Amino acid sequence: MTAVSDVSSHAIARARWRPAEIAFWILAASCAFLFPSRYLIMTDIIRLALFTLSLDLILGYAGIVSLGHAAFFGVGAYSAGLLALHGIINEPVIALVAAGLIATVLGFLTSFLVIRGVDLTRLMVTLGIALLLEALGERFSNITGGTDGLQGIEMQPILGLFAFDMFGKTGFFYSLIVLFLLFLLARRIVNSPFGLSLRAIKNNPLRASAIGVPVNRRLIAIYTVAAFYAGIAGALFTQTTALASLDVFAFEKSADLMLVLVIGGTGYLYGGLIGAVVFKMLQEVFQTITPQYWLFWIGLVLVVIVLVGRDRMHRWALWLPNLVIRQVAGRKAVVAVPESDAP
Amino acid sequence: MTTLFTILFDGVAYGMLLFVLACGLAVTLGLMNFVNLAHGAFAMTGGYICAVLVNNSGWPFFAALPLAFVSAAAIGVALERTLYRHLYTRSHLDQVLFTIGLTFMSVAAVDYIMGSSRIFIKLPAALEGQFDFFGVGIGRYRLMIIVICGLLTVALQLILAKTRFGSRLRAAVDDPRAASGLGINVPQVFAFTFAFGCGLAGLGGALSAEILGLDPYFPLKFMIYFLIVVTVGGSSSITGPFLASLLLGIGDVAGKYYVPKMGPFVIYTIMIVILIWRPNGLFGRAATR
Repeated sequence: MTAVSDVSSHAIARARWRPAEIAFWILAASCAFLFPSRYLIMTDIIRLALFTLSLDLILGYAGIVSLGHAAFFGVGAYSAGLLALHGIINEPVIALVAAGLIATVLGFLTSFLVIRGVDLTRLMVTLGIALLLEALGERFSNITGGTDGLQGIEMQPILGLFAFDMFGKTGFFYSLIVLFLLFLLARRIVNSPFGLSLRAIKNNPLRASAIGVPVNRRLIAIYTVAAFYAGIAGALFTQTTALASLDVFAFEKSADLMLVLVIGGTGYLYGGLIGAVVFKMLQEVFQTITPQYWLFWIGLVLVVIVLVGRDRMHRWALWLPNLVIRQVAGRKAVVAVPESDAP
Repeated sequence: MTTLFTILFDGVAYGMLLFVLACGLAVTLGLMNFVNLAHGAFAMTGGYICAVLVNNSGWPFFAALPLAFVSAAAIGVALERTLYRHLYTRSHLDQVLFTIGLTFMSVAAVDYIMGSSRIFIKLPAALEGQFDFFGVGIGRYRLMIIVICGLLTVALQLILAKTRFGSRLRAAVDDPRAASGLGINVPQVFAFTFAFGCGLAGLGGALSAEILGLDPYFPLKFMIYFLIVVTVGGSSSITGPFLASLLLGIGDVAGKYYVPKMGPFVIYTIMIVILIWRPNGLFGRAATR
């Protein structure tokens, strides 16, 4: 077997749907019937999962450390809010895509700033862009509603058929479907040759460019795609909660997002989804213990995760499921340990 | 014309203060290549210790300042020896996550102990008010800041350039392996430098309570300012961050005075433009890592 066909067969094998993945999505859908009274928090988890998926695309796959990913979330949220508020696009699905595209344009424009320089410059530039947008939002408070946020957003029924109800049932299914579709797309992207080249860039940009990967163009492309995802997540936020405030740009939001991704594990798509579930549950627990000071516990979790080592933690977390699979199926574990971040 | 001088004066005071706050970060981030987003937490610690000593225990302000320095440095060295040390070789992502975690913890802890409202330090009467100098209003407190920070800057420059420790530090930064081969205890040099930087941040925090405002969210609010000083200033010398903080201070004060509605917009735009133009900082080395 030649090296080329070896690589492609390996890649195809990786891209195949596994039983565990199908089980995951069935479980996600059945949550609607298992916890019928908790639609709001579940919708919250789905939005966060989508947002984290977006960060995973650039951080986990392409290795771009961003401290200002909330910028795109915020742009998506405000676009969706303004479109609905002024009745420009009343239909939520079209508005969702439109908001995502607006974030995409911003992502494309700012990607040129981000690909320049080393990690530190990237951190500063991404952080700076988010802060810049927050400052702009405050400056043009006649449009954005300032610190009060956009008020009086009324959402029309989805596709003219399904109205948003007060229990959040419609919102939940709407978000879940959007997440699933975008997840399929992301899955396709990361398993494509394009996705493989991103990993090559992450592992060693110099070597990647030496074998003919156009590094900068690939980074611009994935950054733009990630901006689209984040914009959609933001638009979902506005559409399901009917509000948008300047908090969406806050630094804490980007930092929380990193924590979510790190809890779940970087460099594999389910990391973001699992991280979102765990993070929201942690948040619930901490907020019931010490409502005011849960920031402390979030910080402690971050410190402990880093000190223990992210890879090691995931190996521990996956130890039991892998053991069960090995015992039951009598074969190699299918739940993979996410790839490490070390260069 | 006099307003212009007042703005210039206030801007210089503000910039000097930023320099003292951030120059510790210039060493950890610029020289040791460690992304320490928790630097503001040390500044806050110093500020709060000074506030407690002056307001509650009745210490004189000038006696509390050195203690703010010493306690922040002690906390810094304790953390460096126990936690930070393990992260020098880790990826930037790990460092960012770790220091954000520390910052969050410090914010919540200070909020828990001291309450969430802004805190003021009682100043001695000699430092209050302002006097006229050829028609330009000079705040006494700001004048004191300029004097203290100016002396500190000169002292730092002399330590780095003239003393044995300074040359050891420069050697350790330029090439840690060769330096340790020459018998320099590199970890010790780094630990000492880290502690000194934290102490300076603590001192800066104590001085800044009057001007920047001290509340539990201080580390998050001013994180970006410290980072700007270091990234824009570059890391090859102490002059770069110094000029960058003066620029930032004057720019911020002037921006707030002339275009108050644009808020921090001007600063962020300038920062992004500079970083695009010179990714290694205005006065940085051209070499990449």
